[in-house]
Amino acid sequence: MSYELKVDDKETTDRAAGLSQGLLGTAADRPEGVLKVTGRATYAAEDMPEGTAFGVLVRAPAMGRVELGNAPAVEKLPGVLAVIHDKRMLRNPAQGMAGEAPVQGVAEADYVGQPIALVVAGSFEQARHAAEVMEVRCLGEIRPVSPGAVEPEVPEKKQSSMGDLDAAMAAAVHKVDATYSTSAMSSAAMEPHAALAWWEGDKLTVRASLQMLKYNRAELADSVGIPLENVRILSPYVGGGFGSKLGVSPEVVAAAIAAQQLGRPVRVVLNRRQVFETITRRSETEQHIRLAADGEGRLTGVGHDALVSNLPEEPFSEPVTQATPFNYEGAARTIGHRVARIHRPAAGSVRAPGEAVGVTAFEIAMDELAVAAGIDPVELRLRNIPAEVPGTGKPFSSHMLAESLNDGAARFGWADRAAEPRARREGEWWIGSGVASAFRVNMLSEAEARVVLGPEGAIVETDMTDIGTGTYAILGQIAGELLGLPQEKVEVRLGDTAFPPGSGSGGSIGAASTGTAVWLAAQEVRAALAKEMGCEPDDLTLKDGRATCGNISRDIAELISGESLEGHGHVQPGDASSKVKQATFGAHFAEVAVNDVTGEVRVRRMLGSFAAGRILNLKTARSQCHGGMTWGIGMALTEELVHDRRDGHMVNRDLAEYHVAVNADVPPLEVHFLEERDPWTGPMQVKGIGELGICGAAAAILNAIHHASGVRLRDLPATPDKVLAGLEELG
Amino acid sequence: MREFDYVRATDTARASVEGQGAETRFIAGGTNLLDLMKLEVMAPSKLVDISRLPLDRIEEADGGLRIGATVTNSDLAADPRIRASYPVLSRALLAGASGQLRNKATTGGNLLQRTRCPYFYDTDTPCNKRSPGEGCAAMGGETRNHAVLGTSETCIALHPSDMAVAMRALDAKVEVQGAGGETNSFAMEEFYLLPSDTPHIETILESGDLITGVHLPAPRGDRQVYRKVRDRASYAFALVSTAAVVKMEDGRIADAAVAFGGLGTMPWRDPEVDAALTGEAPSRALFDKAADLLLREAEVTDGTAFKLPLARRVLRAVLEEATA
Ligand SMILES: Cc1cc2nc3c(=O)[nH]c(=O)nc-3n(C[C@H](O)[C@H](O)[C@H](O)COP(=O)(O)OP(=O)(O)OC[C@H]3O[C@@H](n4cnc5c(N)ncnc54)[C@H](O)[C@@H]3O)c2cc1C
Repeated sequence: MSYELKVDDKETTDRAAGLSQGLLGTAADRPEGVLKVTGRATYAAEDMPEGTAFGVLVRAPAMGRVELGNAPAVEKLPGVLAVIHDKRMLRNPAQGMAGEAPVQGVAEADYVGQPIALVVAGSFEQARHAAEVMEVRCLGEIRPVSPGAVEPEVPEKKQSSMGDLDAAMAAAVHKVDATYSTSAMSSAAMEPHAALAWWEGDKLTVRASLQMLKYNRAELADSVGIPLENVRILSPYVGGGFGSKLGVSPEVVAAAIAAQQLGRPVRVVLNRRQVFETITRRSETEQHIRLAADGEGRLTGVGHDALVSNLPEEPFSEPVTQATPFNYEGAARTIGHRVARIHRPAAGSVRAPGEAVGVTAFEIAMDELAVAAGIDPVELRLRNIPAEVPGTGKPFSSHMLAESLNDGAARFGWADRAAEPRARREGEWWIGSGVASAFRVNMLSEAEARVVLGPEGAIVETDMTDIGTGTYAILGQIAGELLGLPQEKVEVRLGDTAFPPGSGSGGSIGAASTGTAVWLAAQEVRAALAKEMGCEPDDLTLKDGRATCGNISRDIAELISGESLEGHGHVQPGDASSKVKQATFGAHFAEVAVNDVTGEVRVRRMLGSFAAGRILNLKTARSQCHGGMTWGIGMALTEELVHDRRDGHMVNRDLAEYHVAVNADVPPLEVHFLEERDPWTGPMQVKGIGELGICGAAAAILNAIHHASGVRLRDLPATPDKVLAGLEELG
Repeated sequence: MREFDYVRATDTARASVEGQGAETRFIAGGTNLLDLMKLEVMAPSKLVDISRLPLDRIEEADGGLRIGATVTNSDLAADPRIRASYPVLSRALLAGASGQLRNKATTGGNLLQRTRCPYFYDTDTPCNKRSPGEGCAAMGGETRNHAVLGTSETCIALHPSDMAVAMRALDAKVEVQGAGGETNSFAMEEFYLLPSDTPHIETILESGDLITGVHLPAPRGDRQVYRKVRDRASYAFALVSTAAVVKMEDGRIADAAVAFGGLGTMPWRDPEVDAALTGEAPSRALFDKAADLLLREAEVTDGTAFKLPLARRVLRAVLEEATA
């Protein structure tokens, strides 16, 4: 049997309120935390079977038809087992939720850095050396590599317009008309992408570092050319993904092909440089933003046009304007989306694709409008919060932007802020503060899970992954809460395609989607227990291993008399999204210091106030926001993938030169959650929290730079050279 | 990484003999060499490990200090004598790399660290420093981390060290034991070579030459400042850095030694800058004049143009602090 739910309607009763274990919403520890910090959690490349061979990918040094000049000689090098140059190998990773092979083939290099062969040897060192001495020639012209060099595609479905924006701009009392740019960025997850593949007959098993196994299984099967049933993927632990592990990637397919050809297990781990150039990056963006407002700062028109890039044939393009249809008031609205087809490494989803960069630019524009109108930037935003999605009449499922702004402003001490920029100076440093709203669309995805209750406790199984976000913890909390078990009595098993397919991790869908599947599965078990107790499920209290109904109370283990009860949950998105707009909201506040001599910027403190439905685990949710805000610091100040202007290759493809924020860049971060229940997301009333923390965070910093120093930067990141140029201009 | 032989040196005098051969390299902390070997930017056939030689002491010598070549960057920065009399060196060291790297990195290795030019690190692009005569991919490419002083038509690679900049301002001398066992000392400006048309030859060291230590004379000035501007608060190479060692008498600059990082193909110091400052009363006009002198022959690209105004501002701030 299975408990099924299609989310078509709202659920206004707080179903968790009737539960007794008290696990939901606590700051429970990650059950696997100790394993991870003591090095015992086995990531993809660990746990090697006997006889594993080692593969190292070879990159294309240019573009065009590939020739492997000395492959026969390389094959004779000590330890080398094979040079694999197979047409099933991937040009770049599959995009998130593709469920089919991405562009395949290694005969032609479409970008510099593309993997075009795999060298396999008995030791990693032998394989690495052989890969290094491979003479690869690419016989072709360099194709366009910068967005400005090509006529961009204008996908019809991604343009929208209502009202007359030009007229609104012409009539506006206050307006902004400016172009913003954000840099290409890398997820830079700690664990490099890795795969360990072996075959048993026609059955393929791969340990890999991936986020969405049910899709990855289909992508891998399609890539290798075997039936889905013959593929098993194991990803019990994933050392960070951030979107970079959404789709099956070149090392996975290469390892599978090599293991098949050699008849032994093959491991392929990307080195850091390969992670940068083989794995999808976040596209750089150029965003033209127009805001028209009346004398009170009320928006009458909004224009947001984005130019992004990707390789030819890639279906993904950074959805920069995703939050623009619903972020603020504004009857006239024009949204544009253009894609430059260029030959840089592929672009794909990186934490909060769309809003991370789109909200950031928009929120800088809002700050410019506040300055132009002489209105406090918090107040300006409060004045423009729409009652429904502008122009559509569609209500929001829940909406606490105003509360977030007010709560954050009060806690941050916003009231003490000087209205004018350049008002506070400490020695060489200008001090100032900035605000930005956070928006992120909220989605539900199909998910299944199994819960088995036995005498020793419960087991949860789904192919869901935990990419460091705390999935092990929250799924255990949900099952424990419903079954009246302390968390240590619930074992959560993830990351194995042999288990029921979960939602996968990505797009902040995991907690609501797979969490609800676990909820439903546990409900089925509860119903069986109620039957044993002879009562209705609603009259049953389960707590600390005891079932109570009226004046009967029994030990659960005894009740099921050594047997086990199984439940299966299956949730699907229904009509809800056609009836209401669902999103998460928040507000970022930042205080920065800008050095008047050097243009260096230091973030002194940051505070985020967020509303994302029921918070399942205070600790893991807060960590997600800390992570997002830290990424915001990187986006604002340091992170920029530099592409060579001549051939597009990534110049700064290591962690010494690609600058993520380090500890010294990150001040104390304060995170607050507002109590919220979203009735349109199923019985738990939760929304996603993994990505909200980055959306707009960088804008709060850029706005604070302006308030501190008077320098308005529209080109991120705000590195010292750019800030300095602004300071010199101000004199 | 290419296969290589490994020899652990146990005797300083013998190390120079073991270290001979075009394809032989000494290894100290390994924090730079191993990275380069993994990428096969450097591919020695033999490594002589000098990390266990008794060169890890800091001793008083000739009115100053002698720092052994294998003293780690962490130990050197923390030494009380360095902190008291050569604070500019402590600060420069602590502004470099990360705690983990400084624990491994050595004095000799730091002096000899290679450029961070990304094209030097990329064996798929031409580089005159890596393969003489091949050409330079940096020119016409992405050059934000490149040099503006001392460049040549073949190379614009920057010397990335912080430590060496402070040492240059402190008139340090590098002690080198030759293959024949003899020891010679070289001032920093003799030790480092400009790229000219041989950018692959970076110092006067020849096969088997072992740095045994660095000698710091008694400090000439008690006002010492090191200032480094970088892209993030820690763990980044300098965009521009300045070390100043200044002595003030009666409101005038009695002696000035100013050195620069982030600008030159070698740790940079310009005698004309020092001379212009010496004997003068500090003023903004004087500092601007010093900056004009420093940058008079600077050659910039679109990537490095920002370094000129930045260097000017940093020099002014450093001199204001040192002369206040
Ligand atoms: C990520 C990263 C960030 C960094 N950031 C900075 C920074 O901000 N500022 C900075 O100044 N540095 C920085 N560094 C560089 C670091 O300081 C050097 O890697 C280190 O000082 C090299 O010392 P080592 O002992 O490890 O040298 P090794 O790697 O062992 O050797 C380097 C070279 O010196 C030669 N050598 C070593 N000792 C001797 C000797 N006694 N005689 C002759 N030859 C010798 C070796 O043969 C080799 O060619 C950074 C390094 C990394 C990896």
